[in-house]
Amino acid sequence: MSVPVLTTADTPERSAGQRLADERAVKARDRLHRGAGRWVVLAIITFGALLMLIPFGMMLLNAFKSPADYSVNGPLSWPTEFYTNGLVNYWNASDYPLKLWNSTVIAGTVAVLAVAISLLNAYAIGVGRVKGRLWIVALFLLGNMIPQEALVYPLYFFAKQTGLYNTKLVVIIIFVVIQSAFGTYLLASVLGTFPKALLEAAALDGANRWQILWKVVFPIVRPTLSVLLIFFFIWTWNEFFIPLVMLIDNDTQTIPVALASLQGDRLMDAPTTNAGALISLIPAVIFFLIFQRTLTRGVTAGAIK
Amino acid sequence: MTVFAQQDNKAPTKRSAARPGRGGYWWYLVPGAILFVAVIGGPLIYNTFLSLTKWSGVGSPRFIGFGNYVRLFHDSVFWTSFKNSIAMIIAMVIIPTLIGLLLASVLFDYLGKRFGSSGISVLRAVFYLPQVLPVVVAGIVWGWILRPDGAFNAFLDAIGLSGFTKDWLGNPNTALPAVMLVMVWVQIGYPVVIFMSALGRVDPEIYEAAEIDGAGYWARFRAITLPQIRPETFVVALTCTIAALKVFGPIYALTRGGPENATNVPSYFAYYTFFKKLDVGYGAAIATVLTIIIVLVAVGIMQWQAASERKELSGS
Repeated sequence: MSVPVLTTADTPERSAGQRLADERAVKARDRLHRGAGRWVVLAIITFGALLMLIPFGMMLLNAFKSPADYSVNGPLSWPTEFYTNGLVNYWNASDYPLKLWNSTVIAGTVAVLAVAISLLNAYAIGVGRVKGRLWIVALFLLGNMIPQEALVYPLYFFAKQTGLYNTKLVVIIIFVVIQSAFGTYLLASVLGTFPKALLEAAALDGANRWQILWKVVFPIVRPTLSVLLIFFFIWTWNEFFIPLVMLIDNDTQTIPVALASLQGDRLMDAPTTNAGALISLIPAVIFFLIFQRTLTRGVTAGAIK
Repeated sequence: MTVFAQQDNKAPTKRSAARPGRGGYWWYLVPGAILFVAVIGGPLIYNTFLSLTKWSGVGSPRFIGFGNYVRLFHDSVFWTSFKNSIAMIIAMVIIPTLIGLLLASVLFDYLGKRFGSSGISVLRAVFYLPQVLPVVVAGIVWGWILRPDGAFNAFLDAIGLSGFTKDWLGNPNTALPAVMLVMVWVQIGYPVVIFMSALGRVDPEIYEAAEIDGAGYWARFRAITLPQIRPETFVVALTCTIAALKVFGPIYALTRGGPENATNVPSYFAYYTFFKKLDVGYGAAIATVLTIIIVLVAVGIMQWQAASERKELSGS
């Protein structure tokens, strides 16, 4: 991999030096596409990626295996028959369509409402520049940072008092606030740099603040809002702790909570556990495939602030 | 003069239009503020109050001052759970950041230039996949893999290492390392994705120039990659450390804090104390201490970042 080092100082003429540099650049580009080293590195990294996939491979292998086959041949063997009863059993035992509906309603409502609240908050902070906005942003950031354990018992207690315990509504309200705390923090800095000229032009045309928000600000930040929407949806979909505490029966539980509570009962054999995990992962894998680009870009948008 | 007069005439109207406006923006904060107080502010304060009481969740809480905190200080489970938080930080921050740095730079700077970006984005997606799945579901699959009759022991049997098979999650000596392994698997994709897009921000000419000047991979990694992506390194350190201190789902799915508290963490300890032992005041104290630690660590990392940025500014 070592490259001969030439310094341009050696070349007397400028044009000759330039030519040499050009030659070297071409050589460097050529070198990138030659040699066995790159295949070795590619093989190592691909091997690492395959290691990452082993748990999924194991899950797939055993989700289609009958319990008898599993107990005779163990986890590593190829299934003797294409057994789908594990999937059917889990589908029925968990009432999967209902769980899918619950997860979708909760995550979808949270995503839309949390984006709306984030936008309203950020409009006041970023565009309205209300007094004490730094402290307000810090408060929202803190709200997103603190562990849910520090909120859970009072929330559980109040939910029981108000009859909201074991309803989708209480989980929706809680996550609208937790997600919008992050959204406010992110959007406030985006709207803080919103072009003043646009706002002033709209105000001169006689638009009031509410109209400016929806007719000027909203269309321009819509790409950022859609990234937030996707993130809020997936984060809420994957949430576990508060849904575990708040949702205790079949009619309200989400997909991850249903799998954990059925598995916790220790009634499921290994193939059914894998079949359950498989169908519980499918929606998230589909989101991932659809939104892969947004997700990998969006994480960065959050990182850069 | 007329110009001045006109301006003078306009100024008050403009100001009077701006004045109520400034107040007017507060209305946009009202829904968010009400929800925030109801779901975060109020409960947080009430939880802090509960940490000063003895309460089982029925009847009324009995005020006992700092009794719960004194008890916490002498509780070995509490110390074990925070010691395990350090293990979680190693597994969720330090190891993923180091491997992530290497992977991101190899994928971007080495393989990306030799094999094109489409193949690289497939590899990146594979590493990132565990990040977008419900972590509890992944934890349940891992729990089965590491069971005595699970896939890992079957693999050891198959390659002739039967002597090494054990109940990985049930043995106090191996449970914590096994959980750490799972957390590395869960977490690794996050730094890879963040660092790769950070590298995308770096002007490729810097790398080309360095390469033409004969800088090898390691020289470029140290002289260009590391300094260029320092802001992202802080973001990864901050968000992953908070996540490590809060970790709950994987512990619930894998070990429920066992065996003999070998994998207990503060969040699971608080959950168990609240809802299984019904010792609400004590659970609230655990949660309060965890909150304080998270806030202190976050503020510490942000200060460190600010100091490092200042140093960089004055240095260059």
